[in-house]
Amino acid sequence: MNGASQLLEVKNLKLHFRTQTGIVQAVDGVDLELDFHRAVVILGESGCGKTSLSKAMLRLLPRNVASYDGKLFLKGKDIMAFSDEEYRQSVRWVGMSLVPQAAMNSLNPVLTVGDQVSEPAMLHLGVGKAEALGIVKKMFQHVGVPADFINRYPFELSGGMRQRVALAMALVTSPNLIILDEPTSALDLLTQANIMNVLKRIKHELGTSFILITHDIATSSELADEVAIMYAGQVVETGEAREFFPAPLHPYSQMLMASVPRLRSESDPMFITGQPPSLINPPKGCRFAARCPFRFEKCDEEPPLIQMGKRKVKCWLRQ
Amino acid sequence: MITELQEAKRMAMKIQDPVETLLSIQDLHVWYELRRFGFSVVGHVKAVDNVSFDLAEGETVAVVGESGCGKSSLMKTILGLNNPTGGRVVFDGDDLSKLKGEGLRNYRFKIGYVQQDPYGALPPFMNVQKILEEPLIISGMTDKTERLSRIRKVMTEVKLHPIEDFLHKFPHMLSGGQQQRIVIARAMLREPKLIVADEPVSMLDASVRVEILKLMRALQESHGLSVIYITHDLSTVKYFSQRIFVMYAGNLIEKADTRRLLQNPLHPYTHALLAATSDPDAANAESFKEVPPGEPPSLVNPPKGCRFHPRCSRAMVGLCDEKEPVDFEPEPGHLVACWLYQP
Repeated sequence: MNGASQLLEVKNLKLHFRTQTGIVQAVDGVDLELDFHRAVVILGESGCGKTSLSKAMLRLLPRNVASYDGKLFLKGKDIMAFSDEEYRQSVRWVGMSLVPQAAMNSLNPVLTVGDQVSEPAMLHLGVGKAEALGIVKKMFQHVGVPADFINRYPFELSGGMRQRVALAMALVTSPNLIILDEPTSALDLLTQANIMNVLKRIKHELGTSFILITHDIATSSELADEVAIMYAGQVVETGEAREFFPAPLHPYSQMLMASVPRLRSESDPMFITGQPPSLINPPKGCRFAARCPFRFEKCDEEPPLIQMGKRKVKCWLRQ
Repeated sequence: MITELQEAKRMAMKIQDPVETLLSIQDLHVWYELRRFGFSVVGHVKAVDNVSFDLAEGETVAVVGESGCGKSSLMKTILGLNNPTGGRVVFDGDDLSKLKGEGLRNYRFKIGYVQQDPYGALPPFMNVQKILEEPLIISGMTDKTERLSRIRKVMTEVKLHPIEDFLHKFPHMLSGGQQQRIVIARAMLREPKLIVADEPVSMLDASVRVEILKLMRALQESHGLSVIYITHDLSTVKYFSQRIFVMYAGNLIEKADTRRLLQNPLHPYTHALLAATSDPDAANAESFKEVPPGEPPSLVNPPKGCRFHPRCSRAMVGLCDEKEPVDFEPEPGHLVACWLYQP
C-alpha cells in the first residue's frame, strides 16, 4: 500500500476540540501525501485549521481534544498506532520536527543558543555535549549563522538570525520532514527573502522535505513543489505548484489567488465577500457554498476529493 | 449646507492645479536621547534624520521601509505625539512646534490615525458605540443624538451594516476585517483632512486585505483626503498611492511617482526591495533571490557617508563611504539620494 518513496501520508485526519460553545471541528478529514525531497505549502486564511493540522501531525494536543483520529504513515510506518512514548521517541524531532509560529520569540532568554539547539540532538541522538555542539555548528553553517554565535544569548541576535537559529534547532536531529508554521510572517521583506533562500538551500543540500504552513501566498511560491488549499478545516484542493499557480481549480482557490496584489501585473485584486463558516456546526454540504458564485443544488451535499490528473479538488463543478 | 460647501471645495480642488500643500515637512530630525543611569546623555538614536517632503491636499503617499527605519517615528511626529528635535512640520498653515494646549488638540483632530493591529488598538472593555463616542465627547460634542448620528454616518461609510448589530458588540466579537473597519471609522469621526495609516492591512488575511484597501481608497476619493500609507509591502502600494517615499535608516532615499518608481527604481536599496517582493509564481522556487548582505545599520552610529554603502554592491570607494549623498533629480519629479546619479 505505502510504497517506500512516500514520506508522509495523511488519511482522513480529524482533530476536534471541546469548547464551552460546542465542538470545534478544527481539522476535519484532511488527506495529504508528501514524497521525499519535496515541499508542500498549506495555504489558508486564519482560523481555517492550518496550525491545528500541524499539531495533529505531531500529536501535540491540548487537553480539550474531543476526538483525534485518522491515519498517519511516516515512511510507511503507521505512526497513529504508536503509543505516546513511542511517538515522542521516534516521531517528534527524529522523524519530523516543527518550527512553530513566532519561533524566533520562543527561544529561552537565559540559555545560549548553542545550549538550546544542542539539546534535541543530545536527547534524541544520544550524543554527548561536545559532539552535539559540533552538529550545531554544522547546522548553523547550513542556515547561515556564524559558528561563534553558539555562545550568544537570543537577545544578542536580530530577528532574522533568531529565526535561523530556530530552524537550525529543527534540523539538528536530521529529520526527513520539517513543518514550518508561518516562518516568515513577523519578518521584514529582505529578511523574509533571506529565510526563503535558506530553506531552498537546505532542501537542495540536505534533501529535507517541508510542510510550509502560511497565509502569505506570494512568499509560499518561493518554496512550493505542491500546494494544498485549506478552507474551514478541510483541504479543498491539492496539486503541483506548477499547475496550481497559473490555474487554480476550486472556486475558493481561484478567488484567493485573485485577492493577491501583484507587483508585476496590472490585475485588479478582488476580495471574497462574507466570512468563513464557524467550525462549530459547519454547513452540511460544501463549506464554501455560501460564498461561492457557482453554487448549485448539488452543493448541499459534501463533495468528495475529485481526482483530475495529478490534482485533486473538492468541488462538484469538476465532476 | 456644510456638505455642499465641502463638495464645492472638493470640486474646486480637482480643477485647481497645482493644488494646495496640506503638509509640509522641512529638514525634520527626530532624535531620541540615550542616557546612562538616567542622567548623562551618551548619544542619540537618529530615528528620522533630515527628512523633507510636501504633501498636497487629496494626495496619497506611501512610505515604504523595513522595521527600524524610522517610519513610525516620522508618523508619530506628524501626529503630534513626538517632539521634533529639529526642522519644521507645517500642517494646514499651522506650525506644529508653535502649537500648545487647545491648539495642539485641534491639530490632532484634523489627523486621523489608523493603527496596524486593530485588536490592539481597540479597548477590549468598550463596545463599538462607546469606542466611537469617546473621541466625539473629548472633542466637545455634548449632544448625544448628534454624536449618534455622526457615528451612524461613519459606520455607513465604512460599510458596517446593519449598524444596530455592531453598536453593542465588543472588539473580540468582531472579525479582523470588521475590527479594522471600526478603527477606520474612528479615524474618520472628526472629519480629518489627513489620515495616517500605519500598515493598516498587514495583520489581515489576503482576501480581507484587498477589501480594506479598497474601502480606504473609496473614502480617500469621496472625501478628498490626504493619506500617508506606511507599509513594507510594495505589492499593495500601487493600488493605493500616487507617490512613494522609500525610507532607509532614518533617511528618505528615493521619492517618485508610484508608477515611475516601480518601473524604474533608481536607488540600489529600492532595487533590492523590489527584487525581494515576489508574485505567486511556481518559477520562484527554482532560483535564489538576490538579497543585499548584512542588516540595516544601528541608528545610534549610522555609517559615514551613504547609510546603505556597507550593503551596496555598487558603492564607490572614497565617495559613498565619505560623503552623505544629497537628493539628485535624474528625471523630473524623481528624487534619489545616491551618488550614482550625480550629474
